Amino acid sequence: MPGPTRLGRQMRAKRLLGFAVVFCCFLALAAGGLAVIAWQPAIAPIVRPPATSFDPGLVKLGAELAAIGNCDVCHTVPGGRELAGGRAVPTPFGTIYSTNITPDDETGIGNWPEAAFRRAMRLGVRRDGAYLYPAFPYDHFTLVSDDDDKALYAYLMTRQPIRAQAPADKLPFPLDIRLVMFGWNLLFLHPGPYRAGAAHDASSNRGAYLAEGLGHCGACHTPRNALGAEKPNRKFAGSVVDGWTAYALNAASPAPVPWNAEALDHYLRHGFDENHGVARGPMSDVADDLRSASAEDVRAIATYVAKHMNHAVPENDQVVQQVELQDARDKSHADASADSQSNTLRAVDTENDEGAVIYAGACAGCHEGPRALPYGGIDLALSSAISGPSAGNLVNIVLYGLPAAEAVRAPIMPGFAAAMNDAQVAALARYLRARFSDKGPWTAIARRIHDARSRQRVATASHAPADAPAPSGTAQRTNNEAQRQ
Amino acid sequence: MIDAVVVSRRAVLAGSGALVFSFSSAGRLLAQQNVPPLSAASPAPALPSSLNKTPLLDSWIRIDADGSITVFTGKAELGQGINTALIQIAAEQLDADFDQIKLQTADTALTPNEGYTAGSHSMQDSGTAVMNAAAQVRQLLIAEAATRAGMAADQMKTQHAAVLAPDGRRFGYGELVSAQLLHVEAAPHSPLKDPSQFKIMNRRIPRVDIPAKMTGGAAFVQDLRPNGMVHARIVRPPSYGAQLVSVDDAAVQKMPGVLKVVRDGSFLAVIAEREFQAIEAMRALAAAARWRETAKLPDQSALPAFLTSLPAQDITVLSQQSSAFAKQSFSATYTRPYLSHGSIGPSCAVAQFDDDALTVWTHTQGVFPDRDAIAEMLHMPKEKVRCIHSEGAGCYGHNGADDAAADAALLARAMPGRPVRVQWTREQEHAWEPYGPAMAVKVTAALDAAGQVANWDYGVWSNTHSTRPGSAGSLLAARYLAERFPEPAPKPIPMPEGGGDRNSIPLYKIPHIRVIYHFLPDMPVRVSALRALGGYMNVFAIESFMDELAVSAGADPVAFRLKHLDDPRAREVVSTAAERFGWTNNPHAGQTGRGQGFAFARYKNLAAYCAIACEVEVDRETGRARMVRAVAAVDSGQAVNPDGIANQIEGAILQSMSWTLYESVTFDDTRITSVDWSTYPILRFSAVPESMEIHLINRPGMPFLGTGEAGQGPAAAAIANAIASATGKRFRDLPITRARIKAAIGA
Amino acid sequence: MKLNVNNAQHDIDVDPRSPLLYVLREDLRLNAAKFGCGLGQCGACTVLVDGEPVFSCVTPVALLADKKITTLEGLGTIEDPAPIQRAFIEGQAAQCGYCIPGIIMRAHALLQKNPRASEAEIRATLEPHLCRCGTHMRILRAIHRAQAMLMSASAGGGR
Repeated sequence: MPGPTRLGRQMRAKRLLGFAVVFCCFLALAAGGLAVIAWQPAIAPIVRPPATSFDPGLVKLGAELAAIGNCDVCHTVPGGRELAGGRAVPTPFGTIYSTNITPDDETGIGNWPEAAFRRAMRLGVRRDGAYLYPAFPYDHFTLVSDDDDKALYAYLMTRQPIRAQAPADKLPFPLDIRLVMFGWNLLFLHPGPYRAGAAHDASSNRGAYLAEGLGHCGACHTPRNALGAEKPNRKFAGSVVDGWTAYALNAASPAPVPWNAEALDHYLRHGFDENHGVARGPMSDVADDLRSASAEDVRAIATYVAKHMNHAVPENDQVVQQVELQDARDKSHADASADSQSNTLRAVDTENDEGAVIYAGACAGCHEGPRALPYGGIDLALSSAISGPSAGNLVNIVLYGLPAAEAVRAPIMPGFAAAMNDAQVAALARYLRARFSDKGPWTAIARRIHDARSRQRVATASHAPADAPAPSGTAQRTNNEAQRQ
Repeated sequence: MIDAVVVSRRAVLAGSGALVFSFSSAGRLLAQQNVPPLSAASPAPALPSSLNKTPLLDSWIRIDADGSITVFTGKAELGQGINTALIQIAAEQLDADFDQIKLQTADTALTPNEGYTAGSHSMQDSGTAVMNAAAQVRQLLIAEAATRAGMAADQMKTQHAAVLAPDGRRFGYGELVSAQLLHVEAAPHSPLKDPSQFKIMNRRIPRVDIPAKMTGGAAFVQDLRPNGMVHARIVRPPSYGAQLVSVDDAAVQKMPGVLKVVRDGSFLAVIAEREFQAIEAMRALAAAARWRETAKLPDQSALPAFLTSLPAQDITVLSQQSSAFAKQSFSATYTRPYLSHGSIGPSCAVAQFDDDALTVWTHTQGVFPDRDAIAEMLHMPKEKVRCIHSEGAGCYGHNGADDAAADAALLARAMPGRPVRVQWTREQEHAWEPYGPAMAVKVTAALDAAGQVANWDYGVWSNTHSTRPGSAGSLLAARYLAERFPEPAPKPIPMPEGGGDRNSIPLYKIPHIRVIYHFLPDMPVRVSALRALGGYMNVFAIESFMDELAVSAGADPVAFRLKHLDDPRAREVVSTAAERFGWTNNPHAGQTGRGQGFAFARYKNLAAYCAIACEVEVDRETGRARMVRAVAAVDSGQAVNPDGIANQIEGAILQSMSWTLYESVTFDDTRITSVDWSTYPILRFSAVPESMEIHLINRPGMPFLGTGEAGQGPAAAAIANAIASATGKRFRDLPITRARIKAAIGA
Repeated sequence: MKLNVNNAQHDIDVDPRSPLLYVLREDLRLNAAKFGCGLGQCGACTVLVDGEPVFSCVTPVALLADKKITTLEGLGTIEDPAPIQRAFIEGQAAQCGYCIPGIIMRAHALLQKNPRASEAEIRATLEPHLCRCGTHMRILRAIHRAQAMLMSASAGGGR
């Protein structure tokens, strides 16, 4: 063996170098191997089949399913062309832009065969073999059956083709390399389709299939881990999306009157429930879409989700609670004409509480009036926004209200972003929390107000760029995020 | 001196060989003729328009000794620019400057009684009266000056409200008048100015009322603040005919600022010092009131069937050799819902009761009829009640204004000596105003071998389109007092004006035609006049059906209409609109989602002509219909303010678009449920078209043709026809909502 | 309490819950802001608070103690109207005129912040406002006219 001579040192260095080279080759082989394993083939493009080649019944079914999947919400810029993509989806990792899923040949999915669409839904892989980001919730859509994928495909391929290229995603390295999603999928994707559980009846199965699959309720209502995946043991425990709290859909639901299947069904189909209020924020888009879904399907979803909410509260107690609350409300509301000319003027200590004065002057006129939902202001004692874990939803509503929807009957609420400064919004929030809930005071109210205003500035800036042409006014959506006062 | 002038005035007005234009009733062209002096034996010919009812010249034109000129009109400014137009007419015919003239509008104590400012009659009635009166006044002033100057009248000239003699002497109008100079009845013929000499008429004179409205001036009845004014709010029942069972107002009486709670039968109101106090008191009072409801409203989802099932008085509007139908006949049924005026400013009135006299400031369209009804309701002599028109927001017909005036009158009487201001709430305006009636039309027609309409059988079902005062029972409050005034039996408005049958006779030449108006007296929902009355629905139906016939004849819609129109003025508006639009037959082949539509009508077949072409885009996914652009041509006879005409037609197109695409009053089986803008959405800026052009065809010297309601009917049909062109589906039931479009075009 | 309206301090003695609209009209006798609905649905009552449009019918004065309120009267007078008011007058952009003051205030606020606002931005900004007479085309033209006036004024350095 060479001794500690210069030559010996050189030989040891050479050996180390050799080991390093061998090690790098091994890594490269491993990565290459992984790449080989991860690599997905492109599926050959096709010539777009004519719209008339699809069975109208199948297209109609696809439309109803798309309503449950809310395809149009993510894949349409508010005020923009339907399904043409381009909507910014902010994630903790960066901004992803939804793609054009109209059957345009060059910029949409016009040249995708059905197999490619099914693979995208089932495995999150694009026609050309690239991985999709799970901002597109294929971890839910994987559960959709082949038949339903077929119907959805028929629906999408019969839409108006629109030429539109989505902006490039804004993701940092290495996330901008789509191949890394292979690893994510290994950990978090459980490929479907859905298999009916033996213990469930047909209706429960249907509800589970829809809610967990196309409905992707958990995508908003389940908290996520550091890698952006839903935490499997915290299903329906609630989360925050786009500055809106998606309330817990399990026993931790903050609704003052517990939800049941009937109330949830009404809420999902009509956008409101008399004991819970009006769907706002992203949920209003969901409710808008579910109007076009099959009534049975919505009922199944509602039943499935309601079961999760009511584990802790027995059925009987719910009924008693609802009746008690209704009695209390009836006592305080006279049988008066359906206008804001009457209200009850609950005794309020307005002298010492700024929030009380603001409430009495700005809110009570509508929120203590006798007009029923969805057009009248909800009795705030019923509001999840006030009983919920964060002031965020209430702040959003107070600042930006519910803008008028074009041409359709819908509740309108003014926003107070300009009338109130942050301290006043906070005072009002504290007052409402204290008066209308039995929960402890919120923390971080100021932070929520600051964030809401920042988001609004961003939203207004990004949705109406100065050089955009006058809207061609095709798809007008009721947009609750780009608020205008 | 006065007597001498009297004698010569008659001769003056009878014509002195100068160019004289005789009055023409609407529809006849003016004729130039030399008019012989009146002889005692001939019966007095009719005077031009409103002069007939109010023949004294100084009822219309007053000239004070200081030279100030006041023109009086019984019509009211509703936002249609009538104030400005009337001043233009007077200034032109008097040869005064526009700025030298003041206008006094409808006031029962001061102005002629011209009934309602309605039916697009303002120019035809008041405009014609003012025009003729001013021309005759000028003639009298010239004669007076000539006498003083010792010269012949035809040597005198007028300029800037003065008469000029050839020797340079100048007589200001003010120095010429005496108490009796203008106190003479108008003559049937007037020395009207040659339209080619117009300097003020047919000019875009800026409206006199706009500057104050753009700078916070007091311009509306809502801005009145007489000293000592108090604020009132009404507590209306929850539904028609509800009776006030009880109201415990003890707490309300003690609320801050509350002066009085007024209860008379089921009429309930509160008066307070300050407005917000009145609002809070109203809310508390409403909460304390208990009502017994009795209303039974029809099934909203089956309204047309309900209408056609009601007992009807059948009125034959037109019957011309009705014959057996040709083999290929086409039928269609068109329907419309109840529509709301939806005035942006809910109704308001101020009233003061002093000693035994009552003054009411109100935005009613008819101060005289409203005054009469209020006087009857209060058992007061008419002369003791004065109604003064003060502008409100656009009313578009019979809205809550007359009723708010009655409310204020009742409360003023309850609080003598203080001006009482009543302001309706938004919900009250939406729930209690009388709506434009729901209507149904059934039409059958057949084409002959040449593709021309040979037979036409048309039936229209509707309630009355006027329950205006008149009588106390027409006032809302009067029906709820302890001494209840019953609602008067509704009557149809006779043709040629018409109500539900307005515009039911197509202007097209159709040899065999029958039009029946099924007048429905039963009114479960409160109804009255909404702009264009039956004209909106009938033109929508006729023009939609003409399009359907054109399609089945394989004809271009514009060419098809021209084939059936002889009236050259009608032909010209049709051609102008089509040409300026760039109308081509079937231009959208291959371009999905867009369609073009055309429609034409002459309002009431005797007022303005209007043709409209428009382009509409329909979004397949949502069913949303959006007007891209519109081009209209309009013929209003002699134009007085061309900008005013354009403004009215632009507004008509957008208002009609809102009615046609969005609107319907909603109700359950007891109550009206569309009570605010969330439940009765109307047009917002996001749906406004990209462009709109109005082409005005001026007819110098021709009678004024009312234009305020000429656009609504054609706009509705043009839009419906464009949607049919865009989607291939025909929509016959209004409103053509996106839900209906989406349901028809499918997934 | 004190209210700063159109750069003047006013002492008013009212219930702090009172909506600003009634205080403006009743106590300060200002006409421009109008009652249209009292519900924040129509925009007829719009005024500016610290330069931002608010519905004065649902804004209690309690919120406004240290804020600057601007009404139409604060922009200009009939003798000396502001450019935007002049644009509306010259463009005859009114029929009944009831809705216009609120629209002018919101448009004014927009042009102050974004003088180069596009047609799309102007339309989107005006969405809270209703006009029943159908004067929308003229309103948009008047705002463009005001834009042009303001841009040429700023280019020329004057008002």
